[in-house]
Amino acid sequence: MLQFYEPEQDYGTPAVAAGPPVSLWVDGQAVTVPAGTSVMRAAALAGVKVPRLCATDSLEAFGSCRVCLVEIEGMKGYPASCTTPVQPDMVVRTQTEKLAGLRRNVMELYISDHPLDCLTCPTNGDCELQDTAGELGLREVRYGYDGANHLGAAKDESNPYFTFDASKCIVCSRCVRACEETQGTFALTIQGRGFDSSVSAGQGEAFMDSECVSCGACVKACPTATLTENSIIEQGKPEHTVVTTCAYCGVGCAFRAEMKGTRVVRMTPHKDGSANEGHACVKGRFAFGYTTHRDRITQPMIRDSIDEPWRTVSWEEAIAYTARRFRAIQQAHGRNSIGAISSSRCTNEEVYLVQKLVRAGFGNNNIDTCARVCHSPTGYGLKTTLGESAGTQTFASVAHTDVVLVMGSNPTEAHPVFGSRLKRRLRQGARLIVIDPRGIELVDAPHIRADYHLPVNPGANVAVLNAMAHVIVSEGLQDDAFVAQRCDTDQFSRWLAFIRDPRHAPEAVEHSTGLTPQLLRDAARLYATGGNAAIYYGLGVTEHSQGSTAVMAIANLAMLTGNMGREGVGVNPMRGQNNVQGSCDMGSFPHELPGYRHLSDAATRALFEGEWNVALDPEPGMRIPNMFDAAIDGEFRGLYCQGEDVAQSDPNTQHIQAALAALDCLVVQDLFLNETAKYAHVFLPGSSFLEKNGTFTNAERRISPVRRVMPPLAGKEDWEVTRDLANAMGCPMHYEHPSQIMDEIARLTPTFRGVSYARLDALGSIQWPCNEQTPDGTPIMHVDVFVRGKGHFALTEYVATEERANRRFPLLLTTGRILSQYNVGAQTRRTANSHWHPEDTLEIHPHDAEERGVAQGDWVGIRSRVGHTVLRASITERVKPGVVYTTFHHPLSGANVITTDNSDWATNCPEYKVTAVQVSRVTEPSAWQARQQQFDRRQQQLLVAATAE
Amino acid sequence: MSLRLFLPRDTTAAALGAEAVARALDREAGRRGMSLELVRNGSRGLFWLEPLLEVERDGERVAFGPVTVDAVPPLLEALATDPGAHPLCLGPVREIPYLNSQQRLTFSRAGEGDPLCLDTYRALDGFAGLERALGMAPQDIVSAVTESGLRGRGGAAFPAGIKWQTVLDSPGEQKYIVCNADEGDSGTFADRLLMEADPYQLIEGMIIAGLAVGATRGYIYLRSEYPRARDTLEQAIARARAEHYLGGAIRGSDNGFELELRLGAGAYICGEETALLDSLEGRRGMVRAKPPLPAISGLFGQPTVVNNVLTLAAVTTVLAKGPQFYRDFGVGRSRGTLAVQLAGNIRRGGLVELAYGATLRQLVEEYGGGTCSGRPVRAIQVGGPLGAYLPESRWDTPLDYEAFAGINAMLGHGGVVVFDDTVDMARQARFAMEFCAVESCGKCTPCRIGSVRGVEVIDRIIAREEPAKNAALLRDLCDTMEAGSLCAMGGLTPLPVRSALDYFPEDFPPGVSGEVC
Repeated sequence: MLQFYEPEQDYGTPAVAAGPPVSLWVDGQAVTVPAGTSVMRAAALAGVKVPRLCATDSLEAFGSCRVCLVEIEGMKGYPASCTTPVQPDMVVRTQTEKLAGLRRNVMELYISDHPLDCLTCPTNGDCELQDTAGELGLREVRYGYDGANHLGAAKDESNPYFTFDASKCIVCSRCVRACEETQGTFALTIQGRGFDSSVSAGQGEAFMDSECVSCGACVKACPTATLTENSIIEQGKPEHTVVTTCAYCGVGCAFRAEMKGTRVVRMTPHKDGSANEGHACVKGRFAFGYTTHRDRITQPMIRDSIDEPWRTVSWEEAIAYTARRFRAIQQAHGRNSIGAISSSRCTNEEVYLVQKLVRAGFGNNNIDTCARVCHSPTGYGLKTTLGESAGTQTFASVAHTDVVLVMGSNPTEAHPVFGSRLKRRLRQGARLIVIDPRGIELVDAPHIRADYHLPVNPGANVAVLNAMAHVIVSEGLQDDAFVAQRCDTDQFSRWLAFIRDPRHAPEAVEHSTGLTPQLLRDAARLYATGGNAAIYYGLGVTEHSQGSTAVMAIANLAMLTGNMGREGVGVNPMRGQNNVQGSCDMGSFPHELPGYRHLSDAATRALFEGEWNVALDPEPGMRIPNMFDAAIDGEFRGLYCQGEDVAQSDPNTQHIQAALAALDCLVVQDLFLNETAKYAHVFLPGSSFLEKNGTFTNAERRISPVRRVMPPLAGKEDWEVTRDLANAMGCPMHYEHPSQIMDEIARLTPTFRGVSYARLDALGSIQWPCNEQTPDGTPIMHVDVFVRGKGHFALTEYVATEERANRRFPLLLTTGRILSQYNVGAQTRRTANSHWHPEDTLEIHPHDAEERGVAQGDWVGIRSRVGHTVLRASITERVKPGVVYTTFHHPLSGANVITTDNSDWATNCPEYKVTAVQVSRVTEPSAWQARQQQFDRRQQQLLVAATAE
Repeated sequence: MSLRLFLPRDTTAAALGAEAVARALDREAGRRGMSLELVRNGSRGLFWLEPLLEVERDGERVAFGPVTVDAVPPLLEALATDPGAHPLCLGPVREIPYLNSQQRLTFSRAGEGDPLCLDTYRALDGFAGLERALGMAPQDIVSAVTESGLRGRGGAAFPAGIKWQTVLDSPGEQKYIVCNADEGDSGTFADRLLMEADPYQLIEGMIIAGLAVGATRGYIYLRSEYPRARDTLEQAIARARAEHYLGGAIRGSDNGFELELRLGAGAYICGEETALLDSLEGRRGMVRAKPPLPAISGLFGQPTVVNNVLTLAAVTTVLAKGPQFYRDFGVGRSRGTLAVQLAGNIRRGGLVELAYGATLRQLVEEYGGGTCSGRPVRAIQVGGPLGAYLPESRWDTPLDYEAFAGINAMLGHGGVVVFDDTVDMARQARFAMEFCAVESCGKCTPCRIGSVRGVEVIDRIIAREEPAKNAALLRDLCDTMEAGSLCAMGGLTPLPVRSALDYFPEDFPPGVSGEVC
């Protein structure tokens, strides 16, 4: 996948949806294209490049530059090839003397208002204007250079990642159109008229002050040096590129890592990436600087106690030390006294190895993954109802959706590239239902307005979903034929009797949901009758005491209305981290082997025992919360934690800290000395996604290659470390390359049977299941039959959480994400993304703020049953009265100091989304924050001691 | 018995003092104890006579003009005695040669009475076309318009029937009729005159268009510089709605038509139909690339008829009197009548509606009476700021789209602007480019940058900097703008520039004219 740097193939205008074939002649070449295709694209497909500046195939044709004019027999004048659709038997000429003169004259006009500094220009050698001027043979500008011009226009350098140099702008509007069509933010416009026309962020604002979300679509679309990445300005043009996969959210965007040697100059979204199709967000596009941040720890370190300074040691010593201590703990406290936590940020191969190390090397099943605290209810709920723990669709499927239901998910912040895709569909007219306590962007965005926003009370999701189902069945809006054919009808009858009960009526649950019955009824009717309906849900559904119930209720709704098994419908869990799907697939739950096969199944166990040459413990191991409880009880004493920062991300921080402090040996493998590592005895330096080979699996089950573009800073890729540790513990592993790990996964896992690195190279990416029947993968699941056979309507009784507002804690705190920061912020906080979100704040409704005498920006204390922290207040009507909201991107914010131990009844997924709190004005940080600050300072000193050696 | 007087309320009459005259009439009549009924009619378009006061006597309308405030007392005096003796008396208005020699179809009602009075409109055969149309199948209405030979009066002269047929045949959830009333060409005022003098004719035409193509919503896009037209149209729409010409059931039929007035924001380019649609949709007025044609994907992406005020108005005649009646006027492929607007340096400015085929010389000399300055006419610009400047040698060209195209000129919207022999045609060429630079929407390169370079190059020519070389460059630029521009704005700007170079070489430095390529 390494290739020398050159721009991606561009057909000028987008492909059209399949139409009847039309044949035409372009410069004597016959070409056949679907009706509606532009002459420009047809020419490109015939191998004829028509010069152009304002056209690019990610944007609708615009027809402004007038460089792509052609001659067409029977048509008068010189039609623009970008805006002229093909006609049968058209005869097009793209190169005539007249056209050459015309184009040259247009180019001459451009250059009469353009700086002539090509040799010192940041995009020298990578500029469409320069290339086109060259193609057209422009040799002089007869107008001279003394005329009116924009050469003195000021640069806008407000954005940390790119510069807007208006003096180089040719006003092709590609940036404006990219902002509208690709990103859907509408932050850019053309200001002024005629010669005064200029690109403007907002109403003449600086980019940073405007509504720009820094997705980079405008920068990518710019054909000149007007919008250029600062890294290119500083370092120049890359010399080679490697296609790889983004390590941020669960969208799994394909990127071209553009390189100079082993240095990344720029990350550009890859057009052929099926998940993102050439689009990106501020994280993946720009926030990769953390990979070479000075905070990276690049040498293994050990210490006997967390009060001691770290000692840097060799890899051999660190591995041997770890193996020795783990074995010693097991000897003293039993086989089950150690375990591991795998990470959704690591590759499939790495996750697979960690669970193998636990099962085959530790000899127990104490392996869990961070998906425990996010999407474990998805696994349980979708497996129970549909038979597979995965989303049912591709992202592209949304283009066929008529009604979008977004619940507990904030795509424009947390999954921005899918958010843009969704917004495009909504602008085309799809209807929208948003179920969220908070007014997320989709509720009211440029050219988008939710038909129904249901600001549900935190904790009442199941009541809402049941009420919707109740309305659908009581009004006869269900798809009886689908249910009869595809679902377990006995179970359906039981469910029908259950859901018909008046206790599920919107009127009956009005108090718990906080929603007017009419609103609920309207939303249910729209979902059931509006055509193809698709549900997108996130952690606002799963992270509840009834998370699994809600997931099942969602699946029920989709089955009930026949919205399953084709494009435009389905149930789509929005995965938070890049490899949540993959880490679950790879058997990192204590009760499941890879491919979601239960440990209790002797045949599956035998398969792995044969391959691994060990006997497997048939008893499920500990889940993450069990590990912490057991640690406090002294029964669990050694933990290998890879790429996860439980001390910041898991609920009830003080409980987690106590558990970590109780461990005899905590081994942390990470890029940075994260919050968890401050309690560690062994630090194994991790490798970023740029430093290793492997695969990530995104929210649409898409397995995408991660390719090493630079050597690991610490000398080892993460899988090598796990391999070495296994070998040191007497569990032999002989892999030389992650492809061998994938081959083993494929051998052992039916849904991965057809997956290999060779196939991934050939196809770009593969959506599992991929096997003999579906060698190219499976875009849409459950097409003719559910994986489990018949769809199962689980009974979804609403049981209110115990976490309720009362006089002491009258407000409900819920948590969420923000565009510029990612998860615990370990990566994004070490980039310029922090310009957008320097600290976590508490969103509070003006009424609640007024009652407490809280003004914008005041310090407020937030106290729950378990803890107390202090944040600045941000007063907004995005939250309704009675609800407050925050994020957890900064460790000292202590958002999880307040969240409780409540969790999902089926999976123990924490109830992050509902915490009863009181908020009051304060003048100083909380006691925890003060302690934490001190602890942090101490640990930094102990680190400095090591790195100074 | 009270005396019935008519004094126009329109913009031109008002600009020439009609309001003060009206107040003086009221005051003087009061002082004399005379009983006056003053009807504020529309203008008949004889602007050189405004304020034109008409007195109804024995069923005949006798005209006086131009009336000043000072003339009011003696005039009232004369009315009581011998009106014909008054120096401002023009005799019966219908016998004024300027008017009675015209072939008024569209402007036949202009000036007859209160423009807002529906009874007057009906009494003068108003709504006869609509009554007909209500009994016809949509295809038959479209066919009638096609057969009439009616072409778009906005300037492009596209056959109205073909446009309507496309809209009728295009599937759409909500089709629209859009009236282009963004009359921005210099020297034109026919749209305004019609909207102020006979607004119901436009409304009737739009309703007929709606019936023809299956559109139930219409918009009039009016330039904001026409406040009186705005007031008139708003009131007319309200009254038409009150009498169920507009609304859910047109005159009790099953057909509905809603009409709204929308104002522009001062951009010439919004008279270009696609930029107009962008503006109407609430966007910045930018020219759209065609295809798609507005007839297939126009306002809000729906099939849309976009027609000029006069086109829609003419439809009422076609329907009321039949396509053949309309077709019988005109020459060649230019059928019906053309509303010529005489302006600029002209003695008798005003509106002249004639069948196609008259000559420019007839209009300027016979109707216009030569220049206002009294000096010889030197150049006539026809068709607005993008039209060619014509020298005397071209004044005998018949007013016909094809004939004008044959001399690299255009009729456009029928504006005729006269210049006397003091005009500097090099400055006029510069003005053409400057106008384009000021009014360009900025989307396409030839127009956005080319017009600015055009001004600069002409400045260099005027300053005698390498005139021959710069003239060649100017011609090359004109070719580029013509062949390369996205819309007629940049595409037609070369017309006046080239005509100045070709026809008036003496106004340019030596060497320039020899460079004709």
